[in-house]
Amino acid sequence: MIWNAFAIALREIARNLTRAFLTVLGIFIGVAAIITMVTLGQGATIAVKAQISNLGSNLILLRPGVGFRSASAGVPDFSEQDAEIIGEQIAGVAAIAPVRSASMSTIYLHTARTTPVIGTTPVYFDINRWVLAAGRFFTPADLRSGGAVCVIGETVHRELFEGANPIGAKIRIGKATCEVIGLLKGKGQAGMGDQDDAIIVPLSTLQRRLAGKASSHDITQIVISGKDGMDGDAVIADITLLMRQRRNLQGNEDSNFSLFDTRQIADALGSTTQLMTTLLAAVAGVSLLVGGIGIMNIMLVSVTERTREIGIRLAIGALGGEVLLQFLVEAVTLSCIGGLLGILLALGLCAGLARLIHVPFNFNPQINVIAFLFSAAVGIVFGYAPARRAARLNPIDALRHE
Amino acid sequence: MSAPAPTALIEVRGLTKTYGAGGAAFQALKGIDLTINRGEFVAIIGPSGSGKSTLMNVLGCLDVPTTGTYHYQGIAVEALNNDERSLLRRYALGFIFQGFNLLARTSALDNVELPLLYRGLPRRERRAKALAALTSVGLPTKLRSTPGELSGGQQQRVAIARAIVTEPSTLFADEPTGNLDSVTTREVMALLTRLNLDRGITVLVVTHNDEVAACARRTVLIKDGLIGSDVRRA
Repeated sequence: MIWNAFAIALREIARNLTRAFLTVLGIFIGVAAIITMVTLGQGATIAVKAQISNLGSNLILLRPGVGFRSASAGVPDFSEQDAEIIGEQIAGVAAIAPVRSASMSTIYLHTARTTPVIGTTPVYFDINRWVLAAGRFFTPADLRSGGAVCVIGETVHRELFEGANPIGAKIRIGKATCEVIGLLKGKGQAGMGDQDDAIIVPLSTLQRRLAGKASSHDITQIVISGKDGMDGDAVIADITLLMRQRRNLQGNEDSNFSLFDTRQIADALGSTTQLMTTLLAAVAGVSLLVGGIGIMNIMLVSVTERTREIGIRLAIGALGGEVLLQFLVEAVTLSCIGGLLGILLALGLCAGLARLIHVPFNFNPQINVIAFLFSAAVGIVFGYAPARRAARLNPIDALRHE
Repeated sequence: MSAPAPTALIEVRGLTKTYGAGGAAFQALKGIDLTINRGEFVAIIGPSGSGKSTLMNVLGCLDVPTTGTYHYQGIAVEALNNDERSLLRRYALGFIFQGFNLLARTSALDNVELPLLYRGLPRRERRAKALAALTSVGLPTKLRSTPGELSGGQQQRVAIARAIVTEPSTLFADEPTGNLDSVTTREVMALLTRLNLDRGITVLVVTHNDEVAACARRTVLIKDGLIGSDVRRA
């Protein structure tokens, strides 16, 4: 009887290809949408987490102004002395690097672009956990002499050199020419902007050679790495106190600088990604709902025709159970085809889009199963329920159904 | 009392059928007593709304009586459940409807095979029987045609082939020629007469066409839910 129902159901599907196609389409789109959205959302979350761990676990940033945004006009920058004194006086500081950054035009052969240039000390590479792909970092000697050397990020390598070996090449940065001595291993992007889009030079080089004589020598940011097991909040409190003293801020004045540690950055980025994922899931949920309504419509529109069909089958001697089994097999078959195609499309889309927007492709079997089951349930319920009602009718009532 | 009584195939006593309930209730059949013997060709006639189609549906086990008894080959039909009535239809009854009731977008051959599918016959046997049935109704060349591609007369002949492919003991035809022209009507009725004479199939035809009724050897007139007259021709 079951095999028979299968045969009849498959025949019925083959005979009503338009209806079958529309049913499959509804499930297909619903499943593909929800899997794609959730998978990409999770990929983005993973990317952000990876980037945060690239930052270093006990990193503290000292920036002028208040909040994450760039300092507004009138807010004083820092001096190299600030960095030195923090390093000397605050317990729990393992390494400290002053940073002066500026956007500069860079030229190599015939290629020109604007690149963020970071002037700092050699310890910066260590604090930010940069790893070399080729060449070397600059040394304290380079820093003292203000040598015309630079270390470039992966994005700069790609954009300026188009993959050619950059070590030893001379590039024009701002007002001077520097030799490329090191190439950094990529950290990836998303969430924080592209960390690999940077040229790192000795601080003295940036101040004396690249920026021009009229330019300020101030420090725009100080990066600090804490000792293992440091109390981030205590270190931040100590630095805040020290900086307020150095700037002669009175008790009731707001600080005109801010400090963040990795945890706060992680929290801020994490909540943003969380919001994005929730939003994506909501959008995906709506598309699943729309797909479900589509399936429902197709099924309900064909109820009249199908009720008559059930009447005919009953009249020539089909049992109610046989008719139901046939409809169940039809609904399950179409839903499964739609669901599987949806999963295939979603995997293809995820793989492609993940590459396009630079997030890792993270296969999540759970969401695949959930989306598949939900869509299949919609298909089966709306395919089966009307049939169930019709199969209980007297054959003559089913035949007369209008 | 000398000749043996003909075998009673259908025997109903005090059959009533009421639609709806309470004040809106409508009694379509008001107490029918009727006996039909094996091999008879009976026309059930009467004005519209007299209850003749209701009677046919109850006799064909497509509908259930409200009260009364109905024995088919000695089986008390009123005591059967839905599935048991389905099985009775599957193995003993065949139907022809005014509106043909063929499965849409389904070839003539597949339509005729359908009852055999529910009987669980192997594919090869189904094909052979369906082919034979379609040949016997004169449609051996329209096997692949779907109902939409066939004329009314051809569709009704497919429906007849579907009804007889299971070799039923009784054939129920509800206004089988109601949608057909007079030439096709005569062809269909000739087919039914031949099935009755050659194969001994009991045929019940509901009609209000006198020409159709004239094919039958017995005419039962239903009037207002009751039997008005019951005439046998020699």
